[in-house]
Amino acid sequence: MTTAASTRPRGARPGWFARARGRVGVHAVLAILMIVWLLPTVGLLVNSFRQPAAVSASGWWEGLTPPYDLTLENYAHVLARNGIADAFINSLFITIPATVIPILVAAFAAYAFSWMEFRGRNLLFVVVVGLLVVPLQTTLIPILRLFASLGINGQFLAVWLAHTGYGLPFAIYLLRNYMGGLPREVFESAAIDGASPVTSFFRLALPMSVPVIAALAIFQFLFVWNDLLVSLIYIGAANPDNLPLTVNLANLVNSLGGGWQALGAAAFLSMALPLVVFFSLQRFFVRGIVGGSVKG
Amino acid sequence: MDDRLITAIVVVVGVPGVLVGYIWGTEQVLRLFGGRMQPRIRPWLWLLPALGFLGVFLVYPTIGTILRSLQDKAGTEFVGLANYAWFFSNDNALSALKNNVLWVVFLTVFTVGIGLLISVLVDRVRYESVAKSVIFVPLAVSMVAAGVIWKFMYEYRPPGEVQIGTLNAALGAVGSGPVAFLQAQDFSMNTFALIAVMTWMWTGFAMVIISAALKAINPELLEAARMDGANEWQVFRGIIFPLLVPTLAVVSTTIVITALKAFDVVYTMTSGNLETDVIANLMIKQMFSFGDFGRASAIAVVLLLAIVPIMLFNIRQFRSQEAVR
Repeated sequence: MTTAASTRPRGARPGWFARARGRVGVHAVLAILMIVWLLPTVGLLVNSFRQPAAVSASGWWEGLTPPYDLTLENYAHVLARNGIADAFINSLFITIPATVIPILVAAFAAYAFSWMEFRGRNLLFVVVVGLLVVPLQTTLIPILRLFASLGINGQFLAVWLAHTGYGLPFAIYLLRNYMGGLPREVFESAAIDGASPVTSFFRLALPMSVPVIAALAIFQFLFVWNDLLVSLIYIGAANPDNLPLTVNLANLVNSLGGGWQALGAAAFLSMALPLVVFFSLQRFFVRGIVGGSVKG
Repeated sequence: MDDRLITAIVVVVGVPGVLVGYIWGTEQVLRLFGGRMQPRIRPWLWLLPALGFLGVFLVYPTIGTILRSLQDKAGTEFVGLANYAWFFSNDNALSALKNNVLWVVFLTVFTVGIGLLISVLVDRVRYESVAKSVIFVPLAVSMVAAGVIWKFMYEYRPPGEVQIGTLNAALGAVGSGPVAFLQAQDFSMNTFALIAVMTWMWTGFAMVIISAALKAINPELLEAARMDGANEWQVFRGIIFPLLVPTLAVVSTTIVITALKAFDVVYTMTSGNLETDVIANLMIKQMFSFGDFGRASAIAVVLLLAIVPIMLFNIRQFRSQEAVR
């Protein structure tokens, strides 16, 4: 088969048999990976509909065979919690600006790093990326003191600012890598036509970077949405009315003392919105947005 | 409810408005300067917001951490490098360091490898969005939930009892005895069990970024190569892979740093017991269990130094990007 392939005349397409075999291989690999990736989540999903006692007595797959004995009680329990609707809205109030601010600020910086000349550019950029490694935990105490002296502890603003700071190194890194790969001619000809950097940025750089901005938006959204620590520390006791969904759900687990089954239900409820965001942004990952004008 | 309405308006309109207004304002400010000064000042105006945030939230605490790492437990006396000497002579710390090496190597190889494989394969099937969503789902799971999910995967009951863990039930089905995945220390099996959880979570991350870069490759380029008789493997090796290298470098760097900072999975699943400890968890223990901020800070600085080689690699990467564009 290999010799047949190598002696194939230039320009000929592989035969239908080889193509069909290749396609079966592709489907098989993808099918296996999808099953492996789904299985753990499916297990928790099934368990979240089972009776609490059954969960620790038998494997989740028992819930798929008669007698099913499934229940919505776990979900009802989570949804009946005090303040869960408010917590959901708080999560939105925290997450949307904490996603928009770092992406815009990072885009400005990435544009400057990619398309403006200045002294110390590479060194500064490496320092910015190096900040990726700073463990979030080491910043909590100094920043908490700072917020306290500014009097913004417990406010959404505190969390927006903190998440922006923590999210920026990765955002700048990813955007600079992508923007730096855009073709030089596009920006040069725009400059010759008299476009200001602001115009080039909003009319060229941003639209051409849509796929990577969509990816970044998803990650930042997820990171903030699922964050427990930052909200707990900076909003925490100062203003419980502003606490997000994650804190509310973590309290649920603590109050039940390891309420596994309710936690499964809680996990799926809090996953719902990030998945909606992923699905709605996924259409930006299609070929052709940059019109094939980007090198790599 | 009025307060909420105001917050909502600030959130949706105010915040982006301020930022776009800022960058528009920079051009107005620049008009005050002469034509020769403008290109020198402009980059710093564009960088200003980012540098401000980074300075306050990362640089300032980091400098504090470096200074603190030279002080004793209470922070009253300077002890020189004593905290570092402790780190490199402590068995637990060295074991954690060894585990972090495993984390860095295997988490990166697994997530980037599988992420690349999936990105390339889904590009040629019709159910692309379904397949990507499936791989992406674990990223949307919070860390606490992931801990619960994998507890049900790894759950171990002694032989003879009903196995409720998915993996041990599967092993039982093929006639093998149960394995205590999170306790078994042979060949660091429990550490690999934890790395598997992170791989499950982070492959979607690698996939999303690699896939976005893949979509930016000009399809005509690939079609031309195919018309010239290149087979799929040659197209991948000769065109797709070289064009993805800058992106793979970014993804690998990010994952290496994630592996260095690995904490949540270890904390929620084994608390670092049974030889599974990692540096970040060690740091948290020193901070909150022993209250030794000197040692904790020294550990953080070791993490910081561990990325120097990766940064050097990145500088080279960006130099070559400058050269080709």
